[in-house]
Amino acid sequence: MKTQKRKNCPEEYNISFIRKDLNLFVNLSGHFSLQNLMVFRSEINREIYKQKLESVTIDFSGVCYLDSAAALALVQIEKGAAHQNIQCRLINLNDKSKGIFSVIREDALIDLPSQLEKLQDGFMYNLIERRKLPASTEKTQDNFIFRLVERRGLPNQSGKYYKDFIWQIWQTSVQIAKDFAKFVTFIGELMVAFLYIIRHPKSLRGKDVLFYIRRAGVDGLPIVAMIGLLMGLIIAFMSFLQFKMVGANIYVPSLVSFAMIKELGPIMTAILVAGRSCSAFAAEIGTMMVNEEVDALHTMGFEPIRFLAVPKVIATVIVVPILTVYADLFGIVGGLIIGVTSLDLTLKTYVTQSMKTIQIFDIVTSIIKAAVFAGLISAIGCQRGFQVRSGAQDVGKFTTSAVVMAIFMIVVADSIFAIMFYYIK
Amino acid sequence: MDTQEKTPIIVVKDLAARFGNNIVFEGLNFQVYEGEVLVIVGASGCGKSTLLKIMIGLQKPYSGQVLYQGMDIVSAEEKELNQYRQNIGVLFQSSALFGSMTIRENIELPLQEYTDIDQATIDSIIRMKLGMVNLAGYENHQPSELSGGMKKRAGIARAIAMDPRVLFFDELSAGLDPVTAAELDDLIIKTEEALGTTMVIVTHELESIYKIAHRVLMLDKEAKGIIAEGKPLELKEQATDPRVRSFFLRQKPDTSDEQRFYVS
Repeated sequence: MKTQKRKNCPEEYNISFIRKDLNLFVNLSGHFSLQNLMVFRSEINREIYKQKLESVTIDFSGVCYLDSAAALALVQIEKGAAHQNIQCRLINLNDKSKGIFSVIREDALIDLPSQLEKLQDGFMYNLIERRKLPASTEKTQDNFIFRLVERRGLPNQSGKYYKDFIWQIWQTSVQIAKDFAKFVTFIGELMVAFLYIIRHPKSLRGKDVLFYIRRAGVDGLPIVAMIGLLMGLIIAFMSFLQFKMVGANIYVPSLVSFAMIKELGPIMTAILVAGRSCSAFAAEIGTMMVNEEVDALHTMGFEPIRFLAVPKVIATVIVVPILTVYADLFGIVGGLIIGVTSLDLTLKTYVTQSMKTIQIFDIVTSIIKAAVFAGLISAIGCQRGFQVRSGAQDVGKFTTSAVVMAIFMIVVADSIFAIMFYYIK
Repeated sequence: MDTQEKTPIIVVKDLAARFGNNIVFEGLNFQVYEGEVLVIVGASGCGKSTLLKIMIGLQKPYSGQVLYQGMDIVSAEEKELNQYRQNIGVLFQSSALFGSMTIRENIELPLQEYTDIDQATIDSIIRMKLGMVNLAGYENHQPSELSGGMKKRAGIARAIAMDPRVLFFDELSAGLDPVTAAELDDLIIKTEEALGTTMVIVTHELESIYKIAHRVLMLDKEAKGIIAEGKPLELKEQATDPRVRSFFLRQKPDTSDEQRFYVS
């Protein structure tokens, strides 16, 4: 069908213009469609506005193909001419073309000025500039050319942008405050759910807890180990470069174990879990919101927070401290690899030196930190998931925001811990 | 069905719903009688789904009451509301089966939570409910493995798991082919006959309405309330309101707006 159409009507067009006094005859022939719309429209417009005219007659007798976009462009040409007090007529339309013209609604033409603005060479604007605005335009501000010129001038715009900027800062601040309030409310609801579970232990879905322990914990072991090991290697290597200048190689194991256990272990693990599990929780609950599954839970009498969030939070709080200890160990192993291979330290010296540095208090605080981070990460993931209202875009938006907020909260909590542990010790 | 002889199971009194300042509906008064199939119809945006959400306790109305056997579910405490929820079953537009669970787990969830029935009996109940909706043997399938019509049927099996007194259906046959939609209608009739469950159904399908509805309520966006109430065939034949007529006769109402085409 398509080839036949092409054979009968090649994708070419021809426009011839005949001027008679103040009248212009435009003869269209060939193929007029989306593909050549920009070219033929500006060609015809250029001819119409070249000199003063009284009427334009567009003859369709040679048109073999016309699509709805091309028809719309021709109607716009006609309307544009009418605004310039040029009478415009479309003649010799065949039935098919008439049918196409009949689908063009008046409201499709409302945005005429912006269409004209986009014309390739901006000839309309130049024309108006040259003519210093035609008398008819001055009469009414409604006139589209007047609006076109108005839009091109930019006075008073900077003041508007300044206001917009302040307004946006205000709106964003309000949004952040609202988000925080929602999070605090959610933590409250989560606590209520926990209290209920403490009183009714049977209502905890143990199977779900085990499932998320596997998801967040077991499945995360390889990446946590890998990152821990590499962190250990990097710290050992970088500190070795500095320490060797003062001959203090023996302190490399101390630095590695101290840094891993005190800060890097818990933070790195928490960030990894935020990337892996917090996002997964948000996306999972978000999709359930979209699919009305959370509504279904409600109507079946299940409290969604208790049913969906609590197992995730419990599982995360159990596995993240374990993952942290695991990351700490791998970090120390990473340091050990550098220590033994590049620092001329024996395995025994390295281990003894590490053990000297590590105190039980540090390990305990590391685990406490990890547990608190885990609680924050999983709660944020679930809370953001419950905020999803409609559609895939919302799921993406809240998943991203869950991860960003989780990482931010990890850093905030870590700062608070740093100060707190300093005074406790 | 002669509604005069029946006792109302749900009474909606002066119900109003708003979105911000927009009134969805107001002054809504109607009753759902025990054992009847009530179909709520109306054009998109007239508040059918909002009404359903209020009736199942998912959304709070702006004002008014929804009384289930005398208990107002709008002002009810969570505990009472949970009691009410155990007496109703809901089939959502998207079926809302839990995607991470098998069909069996979906159906056994409320049974395990609210009853102390042993697992063997629960298994038999699941098989019976799946048999009722012609899905025998699909216990261990995931919802993602089922077609749209099968998902709806599995959703019905879950909704009737606890033998509820009232069943709510949101957009019963939306997005289904005519044959599957007709099968679903038959299933509704069969379930209603077998269990005598009261049903409140939101749907657009005229054929379904004629087939399953005992009574129809028609909401209207402009009127912000009920514009017609009655038996479907009576409404089709006797309604004088042009909005009701055009809905039941599947005609577009005459408006001059339609003639705004550009004609060269």
